[in-house]
Amino acid sequence: MRRKFNKWSRTGTPWIWLNAGAVAISIIMVLGLLGVLTVNGLRHFWPNEVSQGSYLAPGFEPTELIGEVIRTEWVAAEVLIASGLSLDPGQELYRRDLWKLGNRDLNGIDFAWVLSDFVVEVSTPERVAAFERKQGGVFYGAISSLILGEDIDPSIAPFDDQSLWTQFQLRLNEVRNLDKQIRSIQSEQLARATSDLERLRLRERAAMLDGELSPTLTQQFSAQRLEIQVELASLQHQLNQLYAQIEGDSVLVRASNDVEVLIPLAEIVRAYQPNNLSLTGKLSVYSQRLWEFLTTQPREGNTEGGVSPAIFGTVVMVLLMSLFVTPFGVIAAVYLREYAKQGMTTRIIRVAVNNLAGVPSIVYGVFGLGFFVYLIGGEIDQLFYAEALPAPTFGTPGLLWAALTLALLTVPVVIVATEEGLMRIPRSVREGSLALGATKFETIWRIVLPMVSPAMMTGLILAIARAAGEVAPLMLVGVVKLAPSLPVNGIYPYVHLDQQFMHLGFHIYDVGFQSPNIEAARPLVFATALLLVSVIAILNLTAAVLRDRLRETYRSLDV
Amino acid sequence: MIENIERDSQGEGSSAIEAKTESDTCIDIEKLNLYYSKDIHALRDITLSIPRNKVTAFIGPSGCGKSSLLRCFNRMNDLIDDCHIKGKVRIYDHDIYEKRIDVADLRRRVGMVFQKPNPFPKSVYENVAYGLRIQGINSRRILDEVVEDALRAAALWDEVKDRLDDNALELSGGQQQRLVIARTIAVEPDVLLLDEPASSLDPISTLRIEELISELRANYSILIVTHNMQQAARVSDFAAFMDMGRLVEFDSTNILFTNPSERQTEDYITGRYG
Repeated sequence: MRRKFNKWSRTGTPWIWLNAGAVAISIIMVLGLLGVLTVNGLRHFWPNEVSQGSYLAPGFEPTELIGEVIRTEWVAAEVLIASGLSLDPGQELYRRDLWKLGNRDLNGIDFAWVLSDFVVEVSTPERVAAFERKQGGVFYGAISSLILGEDIDPSIAPFDDQSLWTQFQLRLNEVRNLDKQIRSIQSEQLARATSDLERLRLRERAAMLDGELSPTLTQQFSAQRLEIQVELASLQHQLNQLYAQIEGDSVLVRASNDVEVLIPLAEIVRAYQPNNLSLTGKLSVYSQRLWEFLTTQPREGNTEGGVSPAIFGTVVMVLLMSLFVTPFGVIAAVYLREYAKQGMTTRIIRVAVNNLAGVPSIVYGVFGLGFFVYLIGGEIDQLFYAEALPAPTFGTPGLLWAALTLALLTVPVVIVATEEGLMRIPRSVREGSLALGATKFETIWRIVLPMVSPAMMTGLILAIARAAGEVAPLMLVGVVKLAPSLPVNGIYPYVHLDQQFMHLGFHIYDVGFQSPNIEAARPLVFATALLLVSVIAILNLTAAVLRDRLRETYRSLDV
Repeated sequence: MIENIERDSQGEGSSAIEAKTESDTCIDIEKLNLYYSKDIHALRDITLSIPRNKVTAFIGPSGCGKSSLLRCFNRMNDLIDDCHIKGKVRIYDHDIYEKRIDVADLRRRVGMVFQKPNPFPKSVYENVAYGLRIQGINSRRILDEVVEDALRAAALWDEVKDRLDDNALELSGGQQQRLVIARTIAVEPDVLLLDEPASSLDPISTLRIEELISELRANYSILIVTHNMQQAARVSDFAAFMDMGRLVEFDSTNILFTNPSERQTEDYITGRYG
């Protein structure tokens, strides 16, 4: 037996199995993770069926439930009895369902556990609609009448449910369009005018600090200020007109327990009747919600709405970091490999560089905060933005400092990869260039660096992979829960390196663990995590495609 | 032309070299010693005058220092750490190891072709234009002209004229080596150093390179290192035999191969060596 085993192990077969097994386990784990993220993340946007039922639990007032059943679990009766419910101790387990009831303004809570045994008369009425609101989350209820302007429109009242719903949808669309106009005025023209006004104030203050403020200059400033204020007033007027158009419209909704609530149409983001939707209708709602998630601002303390500022912030920050880390890393590598005399010093530097890669990222965060933000940022403010003080401009966490901190964090990777690339360039090519009368610098610049570019890209890919998922240092040097505007926008100077930004990684942390509404946030954590993984994958793939192109061009000589 | 030279060398013999006037000398080497480190003494007391506009071949067993010697002429050995040189090397009466010599300029004037073809991973056109571009010549008109002339001179034009924009690495080994020669002569050097230019090529490509050398001898002083005795005999006007870092014998090719004065040379040439 033993000899047989020895013979078998000598063939190498067990090791192949061991390796294959380890690889298989790794792949299964990765795919499993992605699978969990995908299923849980994407399921959130599906318009679930809305159920209605009466809840008759012992010791409770009978109530009506309208909402989605999110999930179900079994609980031991003892536990429930211990928590004060008078249940039959003979029954060992009770099934309970988590209902998403919405209607936070009525119930105070929008999720509730309910014992399934006591829910009776469960149905899925077609009339029940889900109203997604700007504030207060989703509202479930049946529409009972539409109020346009001051009065209940008599021409609509006698209509049947279906035409009432159609009428409501039509008007909702109009209101949504007006709302879009309002928001575009707010986020573009109004924001621009406000920033113009602020810049004017800073210019005036700067002139005052420099002692150059003459009466003529003051007059000029006043004239300009007046101009902007006139513009602001006219914008405000426009806005008021738009508000007036949508203000009066609202819809009367009958919620559970026959409570009627008036919801202004301007408050509604989307409304649909989940039980009345065909498959295509559901798909349409699904894609709308997914699109909303990808392209809009978050609402409700990040538990509703989209994550587009976080996507944008992540991508901009990573690109900016790449912009910093590549030249830094490449120059350092070229110096170490090509110019520095190889010896004890370079060896020590290499060891130090490699060790830098192992420093915990939070340490970089602290360093970034102390060095970049307070020291350099503070100096910059003193020198160039003195007029804005005491409000700091660069002396506060922001995009630039976050990108620089992450560049510092990832520079070792780029150095190591570039150095390895430099070592692989055949000597003969360098000699060929030198023999033609090129200087060392010309050789490096024109021949060696292009040939090393695929290796640089490899380094950059690793750097991106590390930086895009890093959260801890960002919390110290620039990330915020909710940024009022994007770091790149239409307002002068267009790229706001001093602004704080949102980040998908931090968003996961914030939504998942800092949100008061855990149940509402849970699916968003999955969706955001999936998105973060996708964004990193896309950034990496882009870099990889670029690298393969370069490889094709600068194939190595030693075949 | 070839016959003419042979007749010359036959007539005058070894004394002809000493009789050459200054202007006929291309490279003048005086007591050259080269150390790769303290212990490795690669070239020992080499004194030699290499004639101008002739092909001079360096032969000798592996490790005899012939490549090291060749690399002294364009200061390629500078790239090697711990390598240092004693003695004098004068090219056209300029001491190339003098401090104020511009090494890049020297290397432009003393072109070198290496053992393995080493085209840059660029297009055929850019390979040839490279030497000019680093001199700051970027005019398309001039470049076009020089590239074509150089490729014609290297007998490559007809083969690559339709694929000037292709990557040079797609050419065959022989074509690559001729491309490297074209690249070298595009910057109009005075001297051409060929370090075993055909050793990695097949016989047909080798033949083409040899033909090329014969054509180029009219305009350039060519120094060629080779392992191939027949090749040395075919292409060169003068030949130097080296062994263990020393110059054993230098004479016109004809004499060196038919009537060497040193026993060692004869042994090597007739294959009795080692």
